[in-house]
Amino acid sequence: MVKNAPRSLTLRERMNRPNVAGYVFILPFIVGLLVFTVIPFFTSLYLAFTEYNVLSPAKWVGLDNFRKMFYEDKLFWTSFWVTFKFALIQVPVKLTVSLLVALVLSRGTKLTSYYRAAFYIPSLMGSSVAIALLWKQLFAFNGVINQALGMLGLPSNQRWLGDPKTALGVLISLGVWQFGSSMLIFLAAIKNIPASFHEAAIVDGAGPVRRFFSITLPMITPILFFNLINQVIGSFQAFNSSYLITGGKPLNTTLYYGVHLYNRAFNHYEMGYGSAMAWFMLLVIAAFTALIFRSSSAWVYYESEGR
Amino acid sequence: MVTNLKVQRRISLTVYHGLMLLFSLLMIYPLLWMAASSVKPNGEIFTKASTLLTDSPSFEHYTTGWRGFGGYTFGRFFSNSLLVAVISALGMMLSSAVVAYGFARIRFRGRQFWFTAMIVTMMLPGQVMMIPRFVLFNEMGWVGTFLPMTVPAFFGSGFNIFLIMQFIRTIPFELDEAASIDGCGKYSSFVRIILPLIVPSLVTVSVLTFMGSWEDFMGALLYLNKPHMYTVAYALKMFNDSSQADYGATFAMSVLSLVPILIIFFFFQKQLVEGISTQGLKG
Repeated sequence: MVKNAPRSLTLRERMNRPNVAGYVFILPFIVGLLVFTVIPFFTSLYLAFTEYNVLSPAKWVGLDNFRKMFYEDKLFWTSFWVTFKFALIQVPVKLTVSLLVALVLSRGTKLTSYYRAAFYIPSLMGSSVAIALLWKQLFAFNGVINQALGMLGLPSNQRWLGDPKTALGVLISLGVWQFGSSMLIFLAAIKNIPASFHEAAIVDGAGPVRRFFSITLPMITPILFFNLINQVIGSFQAFNSSYLITGGKPLNTTLYYGVHLYNRAFNHYEMGYGSAMAWFMLLVIAAFTALIFRSSSAWVYYESEGR
Repeated sequence: MVTNLKVQRRISLTVYHGLMLLFSLLMIYPLLWMAASSVKPNGEIFTKASTLLTDSPSFEHYTTGWRGFGGYTFGRFFSNSLLVAVISALGMMLSSAVVAYGFARIRFRGRQFWFTAMIVTMMLPGQVMMIPRFVLFNEMGWVGTFLPMTVPAFFGSGFNIFLIMQFIRTIPFELDEAASIDGCGKYSSFVRIILPLIVPSLVTVSVLTFMGSWEDFMGALLYLNKPHMYTVAYALKMFNDSSQADYGATFAMSVLSLVPILIIFFFFQKQLVEGISTQGLKG
């Protein structure tokens, strides 16, 4: 830039300096970050140590919320384990299904785009209220599932949503049904693998199974890693399916952590307690994410490392 | 030998397509069943749950369902949803484009810091923000209005900013340089050069935002408290609670609530698939 000492910069020139223009452009992001993320983040941290019902000012209670959580609120632990179980089953099942379907789809044919659409549509609609209500009816006592089982000559008198043993499974099935978007991400990754890798392996006499484990799988581990983190974070925050389909019943076997948190905060107006619960969840999610990140050097392959 | 291989290939291809068709049908079946149930008489929905067909199809459920509840028809709920989703999509598209340009094309001091902040906040679980945001909006007197469900969209979101940035990076720098030689400043080169070229990514962002907003149940649950403000997602839940026995009407309104999603899918399939696929790129 030419320094022009005697003449001061015009407004136009000033506004076009990188350090000014840059901030002008990202201003919406900075304001949003402060107002909708940073301030709420610290407010929530503060509220976690208070008793607050929105109407009267927050009252500092120290660690009391956490004491209540760990020692008094039985539903806290119930909902924690329900969510843990939900994530522990749903994440691997959903990832396996989406990876398998992506593999099968990667063999492109004329009909591939139709299959892809059929597998993908559910994940576009899956989080809607309409689908939650539909799922409730599919698994009703006289719903499609039981009638289909009856037609196949299998026992058809299962109360899927009323039985503590099966209710969570129904909610997991809804989650797995929406494997479409992680499938698309896998599919994009598989298509990115250079064809020459497979060609060379075929010349060397490697069969399809060997090629999957020696080429495809290692090459897509970064995407697997990404999908895994996404799914774990998402599963821990699940809300809609439990709230809309089972309401946490039967015997609280489907009471997600998020639903319990919502009930305490917005039905009982215990905003302080709810914030403490939210922070506990944040720490749990952070711990799991860190664990996955730590483990990643052992199983995620990055091409640039040239291992 | 050659014909043998050909036959083998044909058989394996037939098996492949047979299995894929079966699996596709299985995936779509719940949706077909919902659509079929919405035109069956209430008495038949569960007694003949195993069949999609009915002898006496009728659109009666659509007219009874449309009447809604609390003195408001579903027409009201649909226009509420449309308003919220369109405003959110527009706000998200504009703000994310502006911020993405700043990050992608201008080298300013602190750029790396803010960019890292953006990536970090993308991983923050939303439920940690739920209570304090509610408290904030409550203090501002926004509870009971559409503002909490629309205004945040005007400040961009990490994922969408990132998606547009990836797109801007594919545009050659020479274009910006040529514009700057011709006397274009940063602002006019954004509006005149970059903006017209990133339209595909703007479509992706608005379509994804529209759908997210259309299906948003949590926002409505937290912030809407009067029937005349209900969005379709929330109205559907309330309607189902209030008309437990009228399954047909609930199904009919459920089908209608999914129509916009289907329309978007058919018109913007390419953008959606690309948008979702690039999600992985940041990993």
